Amino acid sequence: MAGEAHTVESFVERPKTLSALRADLMEGRTKAADLAVSYYEQIEKKNPHLNIYLSLTKERALEQAARIDELAAKGDPLPALAGVPVGIKDVLVVQGVPSTAGSKILKGYRPPYNATAVAKLEAGGAVLLGKLNCDEFAMGSSNENSAYGPVRNPVDPERVPGGSSGGSAAAVAANLAVATLGTDTGGSVRQPASFCGVVGVLPTYGRVSRYGLIAFASSLDRIGPFATNVRDAATVLGVIAGHDANDATSSPAPVEDYAAESDRPVEGLRIGVPAEYFAEGLDGEVRAAIEKGIDALKGAGCVIKPISLPHTKYAIPTYYLVATAEASANLARFDGVRYGYRSPQSDTLSDMYSHSRDEGFGAEVKRRILLGTYALSAGYYDAYYRKAQQVRRLLAEEFLRAFAHVDAIVTPTSPVPAFKLGEKTGDPLAMYLADIYTVTASLAGICGVSVPCGATQAGLPVGMQVLAKHFGESTAFRVARAVEAAGL
Amino acid sequence: MTQNVTVQDVERVAELAHLKLTPEEMPRMSADLNAILDYVAELNELDTAGVEPLAQVSELGDFVSVQRADELRPSLDRATVMAQAPESDGAFFKVPKVIER
Repeated sequence: MAGEAHTVESFVERPKTLSALRADLMEGRTKAADLAVSYYEQIEKKNPHLNIYLSLTKERALEQAARIDELAAKGDPLPALAGVPVGIKDVLVVQGVPSTAGSKILKGYRPPYNATAVAKLEAGGAVLLGKLNCDEFAMGSSNENSAYGPVRNPVDPERVPGGSSGGSAAAVAANLAVATLGTDTGGSVRQPASFCGVVGVLPTYGRVSRYGLIAFASSLDRIGPFATNVRDAATVLGVIAGHDANDATSSPAPVEDYAAESDRPVEGLRIGVPAEYFAEGLDGEVRAAIEKGIDALKGAGCVIKPISLPHTKYAIPTYYLVATAEASANLARFDGVRYGYRSPQSDTLSDMYSHSRDEGFGAEVKRRILLGTYALSAGYYDAYYRKAQQVRRLLAEEFLRAFAHVDAIVTPTSPVPAFKLGEKTGDPLAMYLADIYTVTASLAGICGVSVPCGATQAGLPVGMQVLAKHFGESTAFRVARAVEAAGL
Repeated sequence: MTQNVTVQDVERVAELAHLKLTPEEMPRMSADLNAILDYVAELNELDTAGVEPLAQVSELGDFVSVQRADELRPSLDRATVMAQAPESDGAFFKVPKVIER
C-alpha cells in the first residue's frame, strides 16, 4: 500500500517513477504537454473540494512542457526532472506569481524573483503547475491556519492533511502533482507526509538554499520534497540541494547522488530506537505499525539497538521559544509599507503598522509573534530565549553522541494518525504537542525522511521517521527504501 | 519564570510587536500565552550552567561562514519592486504622517 493514494479515481495514469516518466518522454510514449493538461483536468475536478492549490501557473507550465517536448522530439538529452508536474508551497516565491504564504497580509503579492529551489527545479525541466495551500507563514500542524481555508486529506476528506505543508503532501497523495516542495521548521514536511501516506524529506539545515523562502524561523527553516516513493524524493533532493551564494547559511558540502545511494542494501546498518518516542501518548495502532517497520529492517539485516535520548521532552518548549522568537523578528517586515496588505484609513504611521498587521495576520500568527516578542523582551530574554538556546545545544549534542553508535534513528513521525478537521483547533497547546517527535531533529539541524509504514484499521496512513546525522541523507534514504520495500 | 501574564503585559508586548489586539481578542490571547508560558517553564528543570547557547546549528560541523567582497552588484528592478507597493510615487513608498509626540 506504500505510496498509493487510497481514494481517488485516477483518470490520469500516474507515472510509476520519475525515471519511468523520463523513459516515456524520451521514447515518445508521452508528451509533457499532454501530461500537464491532464493534471490540470484533475485539479479542476478535485481542487474545489480538497482546496490544495491556491493558484495555478498554466501559461508557465505549458511553455515549459512545450520546451521539454521539443528537446525530446530532437532526441536531445533530457534534464533530470523533464516534464515532471510539480507543485510549490506558497511560502516559496515564484517570480510574477501570487505568493501568499497562506496569509491575507500577502494577498495579491507577486514576487520580483524566484526562489533558488524553484529555479533549480525548472532548470531541471520540472513543469510548475501552481502554488500550494499551507498554514499561514508555515505556522501550524494541520493546514487549518491558512487564511484561504483548510486543505482536506485526500485519504479521508473529513480529516486534516497535517501541516504546515498540508497542500504539498495532499497534492502528491491525490495525484495532483508527481512531486512537490514543502518546508519543514518543526515537522511541517514529515508530519503531513505521514498523515497523507507519502514520502517527505527533511534535508540537513543548509543543504537546500533558503533564498526565496518567506522566512518563519531562520535557524530552523528547511525546504524539502514530497513524492510517492523514496527514490523519486531522493532524486528531487539531488536537484534542489547545493551551495547558493544568495544564502549565507547554505552549505558547500558536496551533493551526493542520493537516488543511487538509496539503492544500496542496509545489511549491517545500526538502527537506534529511542525509548522516549515509544512512551505515553503514542497511539497503539501507530506503535504496532512502526514495530512492524522495525521488524522489516531487522529482516533486511539491520542491527536494532535500543537507545535513550533523555532530553527529548524538553524539545517542544525549546522549539516554541526559539521558533517564535525568530518569527517575531522575521514577520516584523510585514507592515503595509512596501508590499502586501495595507489597512485603509490610518491617521498615523504607527496606526498603519498595527492595523495592517492586526487585520492581515491570523490568530495563530499573532499568538506566536506575541510569544516570541515576550521571550525576547527586556527582563525575560535570559529566562526564556537564552535558556532555550542552551537547551538546544544539549539536544543537538545528545543526537551527535547517539550517531557515534548508530547509523540511523527510527521513530514514529507522529504520535497519532490524521485527526479530524476542527478536533484540535480549540487548544493551541494540544496542537503544539502533536509535534513532539519532529521538533527534536529540527532543533539539532539533522536530516530525516518520513516514509509510509502501514496504516491503522480505519485505513489512516502511518509514517516512520528515519533520522540520520548532519549530511547523512544517503543513509536515511537507504533505510527508508528498506521500509518501503517491505510493503507494509 | 512562572509569571502570571496580565492583560497589561499583553498590551505592552503587542505594542512592541506593532499589533493592536481588539478587546475581544485580548482575554483569549492572555489565556493562551499564560498556558504556553506555564508549559515552557519546564525548561527550568534543566541545569544549563556553563552551556553555551546554540544559535546556529551550522557551527556544529566544520561550516565557516564566508563573506563576499564588498562590491556593488545589480539588485532588483526598481519598477517591478515599486509596482508591489500599496502606495508610491514610483520612487518613494508613501505612508501616513508620523505624528509628533
